[in-house]
Amino acid sequence: MNALFFYLTLGLYFVATVAYLVYLVKPQQALGSAARWIISTGFLTHCAFTFDRYLEAGHTPITNLHESFSFFSLALVGIFIAFDRRYKLVVLGSFVTPLALVLMGVSTLFPANIAPLNPALKSKWLFFHTTMAFLGYAMFGIAFGAAIMYLIQSHMLKNRKLGAMFQRLPSLDTLDDINYRCLTFGFPLLTFAIIAGAIWAETAWGTYWSWDPKETWSLITWFVYAALLHGRLTTGWRGRKAAILSIVGFCILLFTFIGVNLLLPGLHSYK
Amino acid sequence: MNIIVVGLSHKTATVEIREKVAFSPTQMEKPLQQVVALPDITEAVIVSTCNRVEIYATTRDIAGGTARLKRFLADYHHLALEMLEPHLYSYHEEAAIRHVFRVASSLDSMVVGEPQILGQIKTSYGYAAEYKSSGIILNRFLHKAFSVAKRVRTETKIASSAVSVAFAAVELAKKIFGDLSDKTVMLIGAGEMCELAAKHFINTGVNGVMVTNRTYERAVKLAEEFDGKPVNFEDLFDQLHKADIILSSTGAPHFIIKPKEMEEVIRRRRHKPMFFIDIAVPRDIDPKVNGIENVFLYTVDDLNGVVESNLEQRKVEAAKAEAIVEQEIGQFFKWLSSLEVTPTIVALRNRFEEVRKAELDKTLSTWKELPPDGQKRLEALTAAIVNKLLHPPTSLLKQTGQGNRTDLYVDALRSLYGLETAGQDHGMLELEE
Repeated sequence: MNALFFYLTLGLYFVATVAYLVYLVKPQQALGSAARWIISTGFLTHCAFTFDRYLEAGHTPITNLHESFSFFSLALVGIFIAFDRRYKLVVLGSFVTPLALVLMGVSTLFPANIAPLNPALKSKWLFFHTTMAFLGYAMFGIAFGAAIMYLIQSHMLKNRKLGAMFQRLPSLDTLDDINYRCLTFGFPLLTFAIIAGAIWAETAWGTYWSWDPKETWSLITWFVYAALLHGRLTTGWRGRKAAILSIVGFCILLFTFIGVNLLLPGLHSYK
Repeated sequence: MNIIVVGLSHKTATVEIREKVAFSPTQMEKPLQQVVALPDITEAVIVSTCNRVEIYATTRDIAGGTARLKRFLADYHHLALEMLEPHLYSYHEEAAIRHVFRVASSLDSMVVGEPQILGQIKTSYGYAAEYKSSGIILNRFLHKAFSVAKRVRTETKIASSAVSVAFAAVELAKKIFGDLSDKTVMLIGAGEMCELAAKHFINTGVNGVMVTNRTYERAVKLAEEFDGKPVNFEDLFDQLHKADIILSSTGAPHFIIKPKEMEEVIRRRRHKPMFFIDIAVPRDIDPKVNGIENVFLYTVDDLNGVVESNLEQRKVEAAKAEAIVEQEIGQFFKWLSSLEVTPTIVALRNRFEEVRKAELDKTLSTWKELPPDGQKRLEALTAAIVNKLLHPPTSLLKQTGQGNRTDLYVDALRSLYGLETAGQDHGMLELEE
């Protein structure tokens, strides 16, 4: 049952991604709304998968890499759907759904079995800490997609290459606005996730902060986004600069998420 | 009944000729009534825009009707027909339908794909409908032309890109700023192109306009025209950061805006994007300015490049549009041909005969004790009934001869008795607008 939901979601995300990518080449309204329906259906089956697993495991299913990747993807698609409602921007899907699909695909590389949870970690903080972290990640994921679109669009405007892609991408202002919005939502989420983690660490491990690699890298990620937010608010960093920083920030974020688990042993390296 | 078109356009006549034959939109009643009063002409619509003057009409006699329309155009405007004749074109039947569909779809326009022409034809048709110079055929014909134009608009990208420098500038600005309603346009210097572009921005809806000029009086005058704010030329760099879109066309022999000043300006406006359009020759703005983050500089040549590539794209789209037009011609022409009297009478007669035969056969097959001459008498009886019933409509159709009402009757008969008519899927009542 659980696997069925999982592969159904994976299949739907695949079809939606193909639809969104084709839309980039042939922007037809019908294709856009079809893609929207498919990704929304995929999101529902994904929710079903996650909830089913929650019931089976008895705790928020983000305790191994299989679940984590899947949850990252779930959050990304959920936030994307929310942004799509706000901005009515089908092409955003062409840049975000591939990421969601890849995350889902990577998730299959890790064992799906539910291992018993360390009793010390059994706490409601598991839910808050991880959910907020992944919602924050998803926000930055959208910012990443919008930043790539921004760089393409601004490159074309600067160099007067006003081809078909230029027509399809939205205005620089819209893309910068998405970037800013993601930052204003994502940054508090990341902050709260770190605080919630610290509180939880105190109850579980007896110390708020232990300079575990995950904690260190989370802090680095936090600083990058803090710098971006600060730059935006005070000196008017925007446009290309903000886009590049969003991309750098997201790469560091991905390392915090994957690299630390796989490469740097520590308290957080659940596998 | 045949559709004919007589007229001239930017392709056959210069503006000097076109303005001589133009009809004033406020006085359409007289010419329309004069045209339909002409012998051989039953319905008429006159389209008069700055790029074309055309009469669409229906007639029995193609050659005669065409000649009369040409004569009318000359006489009405007190011109010698010999002078006008070389500029006139005329089409009939399929070619006429094709022509009007193409005109409505903006395929015959000076700038292919420009959207005004459809509205202009709609207005012209409105006059014809108001003064009752159009009837069943032209009504249907023009509605069909409108729906073809709509199909072309939605199914091709013929009108989706800017094909004038001023429009291209507005389109580009939208790609940078998204919404222009809170943006400020600044004009540096003056010039036809510069003012035209400014007008386009104002029509699109911008927040405000600033104008500066080497002579302050000039700036004040231009600012009044645009309902904007004059700026002293010496204060240019104190004010520049307030502008989002800058149109520059001064006669200065060297660059006015250089990267050094711009670095400062962009800092003052907290790196909000700026869009420069340099219309001046020699240029006003150092091209190195484009290298600054969030500054986008376009020259007239760049904008011309945009326009040219858009025109190329329109050509591709126009080919698709022509295919749509061809498709629709066939459909409409079938309907038009079905309005002929004789085939309609034949079809009506066949329909009645069919019913008579069927019912008769049904009765005969079950009637056992039929007297010997019974079948013959029944045949005669039913045939007489059918003939009696068909006599009034048939003779009426033949009598009214060839005119507006005949078409109406024919069309009604075909619908009432379900006689097959091509294009029935687009019945009058279903037509939009």
